[in-house]
Amino acid sequence: MLNTLSLKSILISGAVALTIAGQAHAYEPARSAECIAPANPGGGWDFTCRSVGRVLVDQGYFKGNVQTVNMTGAGGGVAYAHTISKRDKDDNLIVAASTATTTRLAQGQFPGMDSKQVKWIGTLGADYGIIAVGKDSKYTNLTQLLDALKSDPTSVKFAGGSASGGWDHLKVLMTAQKANVGDLPKVRYLAFSGGSEALVQVVGGHVDAFTGDISEVKGFMDSGDLRVLAVLSEERLPEPFAAIPTAMEQGVDSVAPNWRGFYMPGNSSAESYDWWVKTMDELYKTEEWKDIMVKNGVMPFHKSGEEFTQFVNNQILDIQILSKDIGLIK
Amino acid sequence: MDTMSLLMQGFAIALTPESIMFAIIGAILGTLIGALPGLGPANGVAILIPLAFSLGLSATSSLILLTSVYAGAMYGGRISSILLNIPGDEPAMMTCLDGYPMAVKGKAAEALAISAIASFIGSFIATIGLVILAPILAKFALRFGPSEYFALFALAFATLGGITGKNQFKTLMAAAIGLMIATVGIDISTGVQRFTFGTLELFEGVDFIIAIVGLFAISELLFFLERHAGDGLKQVAVNKLKLTAKDIIEVLPASFRGAVLGFVAGVLPGAGASLGSFMSYTLEKRFSDKGEFGKGDPRGVAAPEAGNNGAASGALVPMLTLGVPGSGTTAVLLAMLISLNISPGPMLFQQNPDLVWGVIAAMFVGNFVLLLLNIPMVGIFVKLLSIPPKYLMPIVTLIASVGIYSVSHSALDLYFMVGFGVLGYILRKVDIPLVPIILGMLLGPEMESSLRHALVLSDGDWTVLFNSGLSIGLWTVALLGLILPIIVGPLVRAKMARAKAAKKDD
Repeated sequence: MLNTLSLKSILISGAVALTIAGQAHAYEPARSAECIAPANPGGGWDFTCRSVGRVLVDQGYFKGNVQTVNMTGAGGGVAYAHTISKRDKDDNLIVAASTATTTRLAQGQFPGMDSKQVKWIGTLGADYGIIAVGKDSKYTNLTQLLDALKSDPTSVKFAGGSASGGWDHLKVLMTAQKANVGDLPKVRYLAFSGGSEALVQVVGGHVDAFTGDISEVKGFMDSGDLRVLAVLSEERLPEPFAAIPTAMEQGVDSVAPNWRGFYMPGNSSAESYDWWVKTMDELYKTEEWKDIMVKNGVMPFHKSGEEFTQFVNNQILDIQILSKDIGLIK
Repeated sequence: MDTMSLLMQGFAIALTPESIMFAIIGAILGTLIGALPGLGPANGVAILIPLAFSLGLSATSSLILLTSVYAGAMYGGRISSILLNIPGDEPAMMTCLDGYPMAVKGKAAEALAISAIASFIGSFIATIGLVILAPILAKFALRFGPSEYFALFALAFATLGGITGKNQFKTLMAAAIGLMIATVGIDISTGVQRFTFGTLELFEGVDFIIAIVGLFAISELLFFLERHAGDGLKQVAVNKLKLTAKDIIEVLPASFRGAVLGFVAGVLPGAGASLGSFMSYTLEKRFSDKGEFGKGDPRGVAAPEAGNNGAASGALVPMLTLGVPGSGTTAVLLAMLISLNISPGPMLFQQNPDLVWGVIAAMFVGNFVLLLLNIPMVGIFVKLLSIPPKYLMPIVTLIASVGIYSVSHSALDLYFMVGFGVLGYILRKVDIPLVPIILGMLLGPEMESSLRHALVLSDGDWTVLFNSGLSIGLWTVALLGLILPIIVGPLVRAKMARAKAAKKDD
């Protein structure tokens, strides 16, 4: 009697211990999660948070909701600092990021912070870079434009929607560098406060060429006012962009995806990180997400976990080297 | 016609239950804000921007809400003009001249109804004008290169004070304050930080929404505190409405003329709604040989009301097509658009046709809502006028704070808001206008980059600024805009003062 009782208690306590151990291994997401969009409503990061949040809830990953919190400032720097200093152990927080985040990290524009202080979860798509000219331009392909730059780096002036040294500027420089254009600092770049303002200047014939993302140019491409010389992707994009040649086809090995993805706090548990990585992998394959991508012009581009972290670090390194080459940073 | 089909698509958006709801809410709040003396349309829109943010509205809904508030405030301004002889906002000043005498004669209800109809006609005609003119101007805007834009911004600053402006020096000073604030942040042309002092929150500069809410809403609160304005205001009683078809037909020509004049005044930079209503009134007075202007002539109520509502819609044309606001309220709306990541200008019509045409269609819908609100239901607003501000102002403060915090989740922004409130209070005490500060902050960075772009494109040759007919034309108008008020301003102001004084003598 006594024996059976103790045996029972041992079994029970063992079972309890097992469950506790089991819980420690398999991270259970909370009822709700939070997604910080480091910009105002309406922009790319806001879109990333809201659309992914909706799919996460629709697909039953969260019973409650995934709340989008807009935290503007310093091109994502405020949200980055907030994540590191105040939310470092939060398992239920993700933050939207893109190439703009890595560019600023690379150029030291988040003072005192680096990419190792957060965990990079993955990307769910990308917007590919393009180089375009107005319909009356004398350039009909990328080679002609790059040849003009080779003979005189100031001969073609570019307009883009990011600040000097930002992603739109870097895309031009990366492409020019791959094509062996000398004297990169002399390449003229006009920074506008948005892609659309830059585009109007090119279509209006005031600036020679436009550097931006494929999602920005559809309207003027359809109206025939804009000639896209090259898309900076590995392969041609799906319809309606399939007619645009890649830079690689034209002999320039330049690929510039502006990825959309997430990072999470640096000291969140390893289990929660694994869960988020796995969840993003699954989410990327859902019909709902594919549908969102098509509707919003987001192109296929998926990396996650270790591979993504490696990609982010490489991109930062590449941008640092390029920025030093052209004298943007010391 | 292309425009027609786009407008029809706009109606598809404007007639969804959600849009209609926001148009109604905006119309009610706008009329109320306009009716309260002291709170003009710019303040009204500024106070409600945080509301749009805290509700997390979409860009289209926010804009429908705020343009309805704008239109509503233009309608509402007349209520206190007629009943209290205090203009609810500056453009409604001319409505006092004949509106209040009508009310004294026991015709307050008729005055309110006639002015509502005139407001409706003014808005309606001007919105049609907007539909016709905006796409044309949007196409034309492609001709604007950096040097033309620079001249256009210079023009916007030169005409800031407007023809009726009192003190050009103070206006320019205010604009300079705005330009100074605008230099804070990362300079996009070089990537260099300016005046950020290593503070992350300042890297992107000072948010103009915060400045607007602080300068307009919080300073208004401080003024209320100072005046101890706890009680409602005394007013003329409203009689039962006896309006015949003949009465309406009599004021129709005056309303149409006022609407067209107002629209033109609204489109032109620097003119604005005050001048629109002033010109409509004076023209009407001169046009009709006999009449009892100044003593309660219905046409004297209809013309300026049609004029100021027409100007309100007209002012949206340069804001939407060129990204250069023609008035204080459109400057506030422009700030809202930019905060929503929508860049106005020619691209707006290309990239966000749903938004533009949805909002324009919503203006038609809102106008009908406002007509309904302002004729059968005007009594409610009259009652609301007697709500003591001591209940209203705390609500304003609450909305402003919650809204600002929900944008960035940063307490620093709240300190900035209060700081701007105090600044606004001090500046208003010394009669420095606030709108030029907002315009300086909004247009400053654009103006700077236009200049730099022009110079990069010309490889440093300054003559590029004057090398097209368009830019020379713009510079000429800018120069006129700066000089004319000094010469013509005193004359116009004297005329306005005489009109006012003449009425007081009665």
